[in-house]
Amino acid sequence: MGFDILFPSVLNGLTTGAVYALIALGLTLIYGVLHIINFAHGAALMVALYAVYVLKHQLGVDPYLALPLVVPAMFVFGYALQRLVINRASHGKDENILLVTLGISIVLENLALMIFKSDTRSIDTAYTLSTLQIGPAFIAVPKLVAFGGALLTSALLLWLVARTDLGRAIRAVARERQGAKLMGIDVEHVYAMSFGIAMACLGAAACFLLPAYYVNPQVGSGFVLIAFTIVVLGGMGSFAGALLGGLLVGVVESLCGLLLGESLGQIGIFVIFIAVLLFRPTGLFGARA
Amino acid sequence: MNNRRSFIQQSAAAASALAFPLVAGAQPKAVKVGILHPVTGALAYSGQQCRVGAMMAVEDINRGGLHGLGGAKFDAMLGDAQSSPQAGIAEIEKMNEAGVSAVVGAYASAICLATTQAAAKYKLPHVVDVGVADQIVERGLKNTFRFGPGYKTCATVAVNNLTVLNTVAGKPARTVMIVHEESLFGTGTANLLASELPGYGFQVIDIVKHANPTRDFNNIVLRMKSLNPDIVIPANYYNEYVLLVRTMQQQKVVPKAIYSVLGGAASSYKFVKEFPDAANGIIDCNHWFNPKDKRSAALRKRVEAKGLFFTYEIFNTYTAVMLLADAINHARSADRAAITEALAASTFSDHFLPYGPTKFVNGQNQGAQPLMTQVIKNDIRVIVPREYREAEPVFPMHA
Repeated sequence: MGFDILFPSVLNGLTTGAVYALIALGLTLIYGVLHIINFAHGAALMVALYAVYVLKHQLGVDPYLALPLVVPAMFVFGYALQRLVINRASHGKDENILLVTLGISIVLENLALMIFKSDTRSIDTAYTLSTLQIGPAFIAVPKLVAFGGALLTSALLLWLVARTDLGRAIRAVARERQGAKLMGIDVEHVYAMSFGIAMACLGAAACFLLPAYYVNPQVGSGFVLIAFTIVVLGGMGSFAGALLGGLLVGVVESLCGLLLGESLGQIGIFVIFIAVLLFRPTGLFGARA
Repeated sequence: MNNRRSFIQQSAAAASALAFPLVAGAQPKAVKVGILHPVTGALAYSGQQCRVGAMMAVEDINRGGLHGLGGAKFDAMLGDAQSSPQAGIAEIEKMNEAGVSAVVGAYASAICLATTQAAAKYKLPHVVDVGVADQIVERGLKNTFRFGPGYKTCATVAVNNLTVLNTVAGKPARTVMIVHEESLFGTGTANLLASELPGYGFQVIDIVKHANPTRDFNNIVLRMKSLNPDIVIPANYYNEYVLLVRTMQQQKVVPKAIYSVLGGAASSYKFVKEFPDAANGIIDCNHWFNPKDKRSAALRKRVEAKGLFFTYEIFNTYTAVMLLADAINHARSADRAAITEALAASTFSDHFLPYGPTKFVNGQNQGAQPLMTQVIKNDIRVIVPREYREAEPVFPMHA
């Protein structure tokens, strides 16, 4: 198997991996700040995908032009969900939050099942199957857009966390909740903002994903499993780790699919996952606990 | 006088008593039948097409009613198997509770395997409309009747004809790659082909399995590119078939022929209309109608008038319901055991599929056969066998 086969496969993996990274970034943000695993992450991605689908199908809005609609909408959805549901129902206990997010995912999935039935739906755009030649590879245009978009969104998120006041507040709350509160940071607001930003990332991911993917009520679960793997691989709460972990997982999945057969593509991901847990439990970029 | 009056009164009473069953006889009790298909989920398109075919048959039958039951009508109970065997079983339980006389369905092999078994528990006759896996009729279930061909028949016909086409063309093709979906239908078909092809001088260089749904065939097509097979044989459902062929086009992979065995889209007017470039030249061994029978053209016209495509799901299920109606007419009863017996003895021949008169042995219609079609000039033409031929085969498509 030569370069002309492996190269396109790696490129393909990178484009998929960038979207994985975007999904994992939201998850790692929520973990870093709220110290909880958000079980509703997959369901929220599914909601965003349906939003993109409905916009395209009912109103004819192109998925990329839907970005300015879906991203803010998902932010508001996330902010309200954390502030009005998760925060209130959890009474400040982490194990409660875990169960609340699990409950939310079940409710969302069943609502989708009720409204959209279990059909697998996809959208067809003029560019769905158009390709661009890069060396010996023909890469689908929507995948390239997804790659660029996901990297751009990730960069934006990294900048936000590193350079803005909100980012500083998020990092402060993540590091030391009590201390941040004493410094006058509105911790509840930061929690909800973090949740909202994570959901906004999913909104962006959905817009980039749908032109080359599909949506059904169970679609989120596949992604959330991979996103968890990426978060652990990159180091819990590490943004750079999530980004690189996402790209790595995308490439590994693609190459394993090529070499071992399509339905065995994900084996490689979980082999790496187990290896990381065994030999470097803090992840590639995780701080030593 | 008295006597005469009472005679008149009595005869009037007798006449009216006799007349009552006659009036009731004009509207005999409807026969409940279950129409079960995966109308939602991954197989939604095919399931909905099946349902359309079934309902058109019900409509046609109800116009005159079932003559064996004094003009009784079909009362269709619609079920949704949600593209999963478990949901299919749940629907059979519901249909049994509702007291249906028979079930027609359930499109996919894996679903049919489950629903026929569940129906057997209640001795509920089950006509299988598509379900090509041969295990469906190999378990000795007395209630199960499959009108169409199984995948063993289809694979044998396909391999024989491939050998003939290849020999006539001077044996340009030697290597084969099979791409199949992972459930019973695709895996079973692929295994059959892989065991048959080497005996005819073909080398199977790769067998690739994929999930339903799959939205990215890039890796599979890259693998194809590196192996460079002469012939690609897809055995999968509509969406994946279309995406596979379009990805091949996208990645500029051009084998000598795309030769499908029960290919989900290869002989679909929908595919040919939406993606004529990708479809052109594709050969398929699949369920097909007798193109020379005028009734097939008439039904096609009616289906297209609804804005739908005349796919195998529609005409297979349409005919399956007709087969059931014929059996009920012969049974002169809506009783499950009587219908089962009538189906087992069926000689139904008033249809437009290339099967001849029906004859069931262990629930399999012996005359059932697939036809070979090829997409030529944006139309689907029968190329084999000769008695149904509409066009000469083009093989290989690309030298």
